[in-house]
Amino acid sequence: MTTPAIAADTRPWRDADAPPFISIRNITKKFGDATAVDDVSLDIYRGELFCLLGGSGCGKSTLLRMLAGFETPTKGQILIDGQDMATVSADKRPTNMMFQSYALFPHMSVERNVAYGLLREGMSKAEARARALEMLQMVNLEAFARRKPHQLSGGQRQRVALARALVKKPKLLLLDEPLGALDKKLREKTQFELIRIQESLGVTFIVVTHDQDEAMTLATRIGVMSDGVIQQVGEPREIYETPTSRFVADFIGSVNMFEGTVGPAAPDLMRVETADLGAVAVPPVSGLTQGQTVYLALRPERITLTRSAPEGRNDVVRGLVLDMGYVGHLSTYRVRLENGRMITVTQSNRLRDEDPISWDEHIYASWNPAAVRVLTQ
Amino acid sequence: MNLRGYFLPVVATLGFVFLYAPIVSLVVFSFNESRLVTVWGGFSTRWYGELLRDGQMLSAAWVSLKVATLSATLATVIGTLAAFTLTRFARFRGKLLLTGMVTAPLVMPEVITGLSLLLLFVTMENMLGWPAGRGLTTVVIAHATFCAAYVTVIAQSRLRDMDESLEEAARDLGAGPVRVFFDITLPVITPALISGWLLAFTLSLDDLVVASFVSGPGASTLPMVIFSKVRLGVSPDVNALATIIIVIVAIAVTIAGLLLRRQHKKY
Repeated sequence: MTTPAIAADTRPWRDADAPPFISIRNITKKFGDATAVDDVSLDIYRGELFCLLGGSGCGKSTLLRMLAGFETPTKGQILIDGQDMATVSADKRPTNMMFQSYALFPHMSVERNVAYGLLREGMSKAEARARALEMLQMVNLEAFARRKPHQLSGGQRQRVALARALVKKPKLLLLDEPLGALDKKLREKTQFELIRIQESLGVTFIVVTHDQDEAMTLATRIGVMSDGVIQQVGEPREIYETPTSRFVADFIGSVNMFEGTVGPAAPDLMRVETADLGAVAVPPVSGLTQGQTVYLALRPERITLTRSAPEGRNDVVRGLVLDMGYVGHLSTYRVRLENGRMITVTQSNRLRDEDPISWDEHIYASWNPAAVRVLTQ
Repeated sequence: MNLRGYFLPVVATLGFVFLYAPIVSLVVFSFNESRLVTVWGGFSTRWYGELLRDGQMLSAAWVSLKVATLSATLATVIGTLAAFTLTRFARFRGKLLLTGMVTAPLVMPEVITGLSLLLLFVTMENMLGWPAGRGLTTVVIAHATFCAAYVTVIAQSRLRDMDESLEEAARDLGAGPVRVFFDITLPVITPALISGWLLAFTLSLDDLVVASFVSGPGASTLPMVIFSKVRLGVSPDVNALATIIIVIVAIAVTIAGLLLRRQHKKY
């Protein structure tokens, strides 16, 4: 009899005792005087699809290249499946990488590109070829096996690169901006394709991307990086709903940020005095002292705009709609509060025939206290 | 048509005439019947026939071909290694010096290259007993020396253009550094190396000055023989020979150019 899988099984990071599959310990990488990666520690678990998310130059690619063995850490230790990688060169590591440029060998056919890694393992030519074709079948490219890379479209090349990186059944697959060169429609389709392949093979993926939608869609967990430091690690929902810093709140999605000071302690709701919104009720946060400076993060879609004062709501401010953008499924409003502060609000367009709030209307903006995230840094 | 419309074609024609009129006249006169080089005496291929019977000329041509083939090959090997070292190794002692010195032969006056090599060969012979005298070997070494500089420049620019992640991908898939060089780097830069080889070949075939310094008895290259002949008066079979050389060089340069262009298109 098999024990039924429980939710925690698929989320080993929630279990403090679960052994990590990849352990990055205090890794620092310096190029001359510049520090690309600054004392990063990170645990990644078997079967995860982990996204390193950050802007260009934040150190995410350098971290990936250290995992692959192309860069040597200045300090720190990398363990893959319990094995220290310090003395293991790139060609001996149980990892494979899919490059941003795909790096397909231009002088080899698609099939030979995919079989290359198998031949280096000492596999016979016939067997390597059969395995390569099998892999190409998985990415629906078996008909293109004899073509050269320059005879393929961008999307096809991307799939060849993926097949080549997966054919050796690596313990860990590193993907550097895997969807970066594809157009928007193809990218969305490929995201789910990538998840399907990852789940069917059970390989651990680490994806580097600058695209937050991509990270949110793909990842089991996201590590947000900036300036060589991991700012926060968490599931997509955690990163979005409970950011731990202003940087993360601002980096993922858009946010209205208000500075304020903590008011006197109350039993179930705390109050924060702000210049822009007045006294705001927030969910109680432990460890705050009266008079401390905090930041309130309020997502645009958690604010409701109404023409008349909403009943039974205390958290209301008045404002004037300066600008609106209609996107289809939602509309974005730029609202000026009475003290001149601008906020952004999005409203989803659920009904076809509603009479939408428009320019130059005086409106009430309200929100639920639970929607406010209090940040201290 | 206005003035502007005429201007470009006229200037272009003048330019081409300036560059190629001497060569065309040489080719035309190689088919001259007359013994006098400057007087047209009707069409004939007799000087090509004469050329074939000229033993000295033929053996010089053979020497030149041997020298050009060997030195171009040697130069390609040396140049490729130098270019690879300069582009792929991050930092090493003396890199700056090598970068500067590797292309020095490009700007060095040939007389100085020739003279310094001659001095080197003489000194080496006195101290090491090798190379014994001047001859084919010394010419090949001398030509390879300055041709390697050209090959280095060509290979270096190709290696810089090449996506380095190709090499990393091969490493990642389990190939050691030597394997990567022969499996990936070399095939990718081969067209550039072929054009480098062809360039080296023509440079060697063409060289008079350096060869005059470092050559010895029995190893007179074609340019040396032609030059010594011309000093006694130009004979029409030199025209015929020059025409053949022009054809060979033109073919080599065209192939080199095509290869380089095709490669740019493909990657």
